[in-house]
Amino acid sequence: MQKEKAGEYAIEMLHITKRFPGIIANDDVTIQLRHGEIHALLGENGAGKSTLMSVLFGLYKPEEGTILKDGVEVKINNPNDANALGIGMVHQHFKLVECFTVLDNIILGVEPTSRFGMLSKGEARKRVLELSDKYGLQVDPDAKISDITVGMQQRTEILKMLYRDNDILIFDEPTAVLTPQEIQELMQIMRNLSAEGKSILFISHKLAEIMAVADRCSVLRKGKYIGTVNTKDVTMEELSAMMVGRNVNFHVEKAPANPGEVVLEVKNLTVASKAHSNNAVKNVSFNVRRGEIVCIAGIDGNGQSELVYALTGLEPIVHGTIKMDGKDITKASIRSRSKNGMSHIPEDRHKHGLVLDYSLEYNLVLQTYFESRFTDRIGFLRRKNIRSYSNGLIDQFDIRSGQGAVTAARSMSGGNQQKAIIAREIDRQPEVLVAVQPTRGLDVGAIEYIHKQLVAQRDAGKAVLLVSLEMDEVLDVSDRILVMYEGEIVGELDPKKTNPEEMGLYMAGAKRGTV
Amino acid sequence: MQAAKDTKRPRRTGIIAAILRIPAVQTILASLMCVLAGLLIGYIVLLFINPQGAGESIINVIKNFFTWKRPQQQLKQFGNTLAKTIPLIMCSLSILFSYKVGLFNIGTAGQYVAGACASLYAALAWGWSWLPCMLFALVAGALLGAIVGALKVYCNVNEVISGIMLNWIALYTTNTILTEVKEKASPYTMYFKDVNNKGALLPNLGLDKLFNNNSYVTIAVPLCLIIAIAITIILSKTRFGYELKATGNNKNAAKYAGMAENRNIILTLMISGALAGLGASMLYQTGYMRWECTMSSVPAMGFNGIAAAFLGGLNPIGAIFSSFFIQHITDGGQYVNTNFYSSQISDVISSIIIYLCGFVLFIKLTMNRAIARSKEKKEAKK
Repeated sequence: MQKEKAGEYAIEMLHITKRFPGIIANDDVTIQLRHGEIHALLGENGAGKSTLMSVLFGLYKPEEGTILKDGVEVKINNPNDANALGIGMVHQHFKLVECFTVLDNIILGVEPTSRFGMLSKGEARKRVLELSDKYGLQVDPDAKISDITVGMQQRTEILKMLYRDNDILIFDEPTAVLTPQEIQELMQIMRNLSAEGKSILFISHKLAEIMAVADRCSVLRKGKYIGTVNTKDVTMEELSAMMVGRNVNFHVEKAPANPGEVVLEVKNLTVASKAHSNNAVKNVSFNVRRGEIVCIAGIDGNGQSELVYALTGLEPIVHGTIKMDGKDITKASIRSRSKNGMSHIPEDRHKHGLVLDYSLEYNLVLQTYFESRFTDRIGFLRRKNIRSYSNGLIDQFDIRSGQGAVTAARSMSGGNQQKAIIAREIDRQPEVLVAVQPTRGLDVGAIEYIHKQLVAQRDAGKAVLLVSLEMDEVLDVSDRILVMYEGEIVGELDPKKTNPEEMGLYMAGAKRGTV
Repeated sequence: MQAAKDTKRPRRTGIIAAILRIPAVQTILASLMCVLAGLLIGYIVLLFINPQGAGESIINVIKNFFTWKRPQQQLKQFGNTLAKTIPLIMCSLSILFSYKVGLFNIGTAGQYVAGACASLYAALAWGWSWLPCMLFALVAGALLGAIVGALKVYCNVNEVISGIMLNWIALYTTNTILTEVKEKASPYTMYFKDVNNKGALLPNLGLDKLFNNNSYVTIAVPLCLIIAIAITIILSKTRFGYELKATGNNKNAAKYAGMAENRNIILTLMISGALAGLGASMLYQTGYMRWECTMSSVPAMGFNGIAAAFLGGLNPIGAIFSSFFIQHITDGGQYVNTNFYSSQISDVISSIIIYLCGFVLFIKLTMNRAIARSKEKKEAKK
């Protein structure tokens, strides 16, 4: 009865404006979530999606705007308020206790206790099993989080929300860590949930998924609200134009590859894992030739990072050989690999790629500062040369920053930080370019630019090894795909002949080929 | 008239905000605030114990050598403060140098002790002249620093833990070694003149004349200033400094760029130790102090160096001024009126002030937040 009166919306965020120093993260944004619908929130990185959700969760206080629950204005000052209103969220990075069981994680914070403060889990277990039956969420309540798949971890997160009787569910980029098959399952779960009357906010920048599962879609761009559309009434191209503000070329333009002789040769490489006693990379062999882009595909955590660390010398190996231009570099230092023509665009630009407290110019010479053009014989830096060299790169690669060469790297945007790294690594004229997730967290424009640079390197006769978790990137950019699963290369695919479904089977370990 | 006022005000606050945003200005302001807060709390403590002499005593602490009436006396006492400031500057340089590389060398205190041991033993037992003694102290400090560095690099022992342990080892080893050259009747080491080795005293270069014949003012003063400037240059202008700061700011990026981070860590701690060791020789070879072989705690110099380094904004030139200030009020403590207070109160007051000196970074952070917040408010108004 109450619900009927309240009208059609479960949650309304009206005219929300949230400012941070120097930036308006949300500028008069309005989102209305209907009862029982799947509502997508689409926007590029930095469009203000996370800020908006943080406002809904009481983590930020907006300067302007109101939030209505079932038509009644509510004040959400902290996450507990949000929880009390039945708002739950599955974060992009799961908030689970690794060494606890699924059940323990679900009841965490709302533990059922007997009179003497002892845990009474029997009741809880029954409810969890009921819920998982009802919505088709298969979990083993007694398995430890560290032992189960990412998909099951996500289902645990969903159960956590359901156990708390949340009826407004927020999914923050839930598909980023899943295989194509798991994504299908997740979408089915979302449909089941909405059929049972739960309202879902689905944050994503993947258009295909939004088209497949969402009823309506609201688009944000640079903090501004662009509009809400019924997904049935629009095409993917239209959505993307709304998101980016212009038409985007999805496909990377490139001529067929023209591979030359082998530059990078890896044989029987085994690398130990830091996380567990198994080897992270097991007996891997492959090679990369001049003028081709070879892509290592796979789901995060299947040994790609360790493989790159071994290639670039950041981590020691157990056994195997690595040859570059015919020379054995298995035991060579990082510096000598880099001097002999290996460039490395690292996976984590803040951890490895940049010294954030250094200026842009100092970061641009991070790999070359010791060369005679930047350091004189006594050991003093030639700062004039560093400045003019940096200004050259800044012009050439269009690196934008507040104060040019002297800008602190920390204050630059992610896209420009990445551009700086790419400028530095490409300008060294490498023989082998190892690029690890070079477009991670960047907006569509920057991604386009970086893909063009990679293809240009290939066309200039360099060997490019690309490691990527993005299916589209793998298929669009590479000339040859190697799929990694649990530390092994389980398949070599031709991007022109394969499709996402087939790749997904390899990535999930369901299929194996001969390499 | 009203309108003119209105247009003026925002511009002025704009300029002030802009000045406040300059890091150097922030550091100096924050340091001054710490000093003032320290003095204020010290004053309150004095008031609590005995309100009668509080005002006079806290002013005496600030005045230090100016408490003396005759200018000649003032100069002489000024020289004494200066002589003790030198090792403190060296210790704070030692701290800040390693801090730039992301290492907290609490072992500075022990490296200082090792320097004292080396210079005194070489002078008293072997009769070396001043320069070799000094270099020997430098080597001893560096060696101790190298141990800390090697433990960190090869055994993954945190430098704070091994530093603290080595402080004690250094202290008791020094007590043992220097007992061989101590006076029979007292726990103190002998005077240089007792072993006929006045050559171990640092040369005065005529500087003593400037301070009313205070022979404790020596070559150490200009030498220490030169070292501070040299460290500034090394850190900001050389390849070595570039590598060290990169390692300190982001160890992973330094490794990624192929820098020899392990070598850099050991080298940094060696240099850090060398500075502390040299600092000790710069005090003990003036003859101002002798080593007390029954000492059961590490001299405070190394620890005060931490406060001095932070109060000076982790800048070598800043360290010169902050060290002088800290030594100034430490010495000033002895002018607290003992009719009203027990003699330990001087240490209490100066340690309160030194303690608050560590808050420089905290105050800077608070200032930056306040600036950001007021800016946000202003923009919201627009």
